[in-house]
Amino acid sequence: MNIKPTRMDKVVLTINYVLLYLAVLVILVPLVYVVIASFMEPTALLNKGISFNLSDYSLEGYKLILSNEAMLRGFVNAVFYSSAFAFLTVAVSIFAGYSLSVDEFVGKKFFMTVFVFTMFFGGGLIPTFLVIKQLGMLNTVWAIIVPGAVSVWNIILARTFFKGIPRELNEAAKVDGASEMLIFFRIVLPLSKPIIFVLALYAFVGQWNSYFDAMIYLDNVKLYPLQLVLRSILVQNQIDPGMITDRTAMAEMKRLSEIIKYASIVISSLPLIVMYPFFQKYFEKGVMVGSLKS
Amino acid sequence: MEFVKSNIFLYGLIAPAFILTLLFKYVPMYGVIIAFKDFSYSKGILGSDWVGFKYFEKFLNAPNFELIFMNTLKLSAYGLLLGFPIPILLALMLNQVRREGVKKNVQLILYAPNFISVVVIVGMAFVFLSPIGPVNQIITWATGHPIVFMSDPDYFRSIYVLSGIWQGAGWASIIYVAALAGVDPELHNAATIDGANLLKRIWHIDLPTIKPVMAIVFILSAGGIMAIGFEKAFLMQTAMNLPTSEILPTYVYKVGLKAGDYSYSAAIGLFNSIINIILLVFVNFVVKKLNEGEGLY
Repeated sequence: MNIKPTRMDKVVLTINYVLLYLAVLVILVPLVYVVIASFMEPTALLNKGISFNLSDYSLEGYKLILSNEAMLRGFVNAVFYSSAFAFLTVAVSIFAGYSLSVDEFVGKKFFMTVFVFTMFFGGGLIPTFLVIKQLGMLNTVWAIIVPGAVSVWNIILARTFFKGIPRELNEAAKVDGASEMLIFFRIVLPLSKPIIFVLALYAFVGQWNSYFDAMIYLDNVKLYPLQLVLRSILVQNQIDPGMITDRTAMAEMKRLSEIIKYASIVISSLPLIVMYPFFQKYFEKGVMVGSLKS
Repeated sequence: MEFVKSNIFLYGLIAPAFILTLLFKYVPMYGVIIAFKDFSYSKGILGSDWVGFKYFEKFLNAPNFELIFMNTLKLSAYGLLLGFPIPILLALMLNQVRREGVKKNVQLILYAPNFISVVVIVGMAFVFLSPIGPVNQIITWATGHPIVFMSDPDYFRSIYVLSGIWQGAGWASIIYVAALAGVDPELHNAATIDGANLLKRIWHIDLPTIKPVMAIVFILSAGGIMAIGFEKAFLMQTAMNLPTSEILPTYVYKVGLKAGDYSYSAAIGLFNSIINIILLVFVNFVVKKLNEGEGLY
């Protein structure tokens, strides 16, 4: 049964659409501006701002970025950190989440309490730093990928997912003489693709976008992930002089620094932009699984 | 016997998460005691001398205590006040979009900024708001002189909060959108027959449906009121905007890792966490009273 909206309701609905599209514009305009600006000729951008004259466009920003060693190394490092981190996070969360989802598991309550307590209280920056230091993980890849790999939220997400798998499957397999291990690897894991995907995506994006751990745990510039390199370009305004080949010094630096910033924003977001539309349905699913049940 | 065997495998599965949690969450909790000690490397955590509340008193009596404390509070309160209702409004508005295709596309755009890194968000703020950036090109054209946004303490909070909303409000609405999907359309039909207009139906049907979710989100964000992001504030800090941008987490970092005063820094960090927990318990209590006994715990 569908009831016709009244005139008053139509007015409200129209205002609703106007406001919603306004919100869309507020999000889109800065993003589109960055992309257009990144393709502009530096002097034109500085003097005229965005223009729609074809001769004002160039690929200079991208040429500078792509010939910059720190930037490329940061990119490669970030790919490695994010992939390794995602792999580790998924394994840890899936394993823990599965065991906590098994009703007969003795000690389930105890483990759950141990995990959940860390959501409310933590040691804080300095004590955590001291632990990493004591373990000899400073200035190593381990400091970036290991400490953050266990997240209560992910474990709960995984547990909730496994609880949704009908137990009859396990019971049937048990009757057939399958061990818990066999059940996990042969029956449960193949069914877990959605949750593996969601967790991996979150972990990858999270690590790709983070800079803080790298900033406090790494000294060696060669180990820096992309976001730290970006920080020096975007925030600290330190354009690597090696980026600008002809050394006409300050004026040239100033001319190019804006365009380098826009281009580096685009390049650093590229992997996520490409992945994004494909994954939409998965991340929504992930949030809903997490929010509705816990 | 079979029971033990199957449990051994499950203990094996949970072991990595358990060990990592002990190592990187619980050992640091134990390390918090350095806040009550004069930590020195040569003596270690256990061997260092107890000094009681010396460092807490030092911080409470520090000349910049009030400034940093109030900065933290104001920044969080401002963020909560604007950041809490906007996602709810967005969700209610999205819920009225009947065409699935349009809804999906709008959501796709609204969620997108959530996936941009905080470095890039702050970087965008710097380029957009720089004296020669696009915003100032317009301001200069209109008023004749640019505003130096990023180094002006008066603008720090607004830039921080508004850019946060720009980035996060769409994504934060997802949880309400999910909750609204559970509303029975028959309720709306019945109310319409009874003569309720759209706004009334939203007020009496949609809002009550998402009230429990609102309560939980509010408790969690209010409980974290002092735990506001170190990462963004730190990136946005300039020497000039320190009067408003210095907050507890950035101060902990500077005192601890930059100046090497571990015990003092740990004390400030602990002070921060304790206020968080008190707020969480308090807000949960209040929300429970207002929300018919429904709280986080």
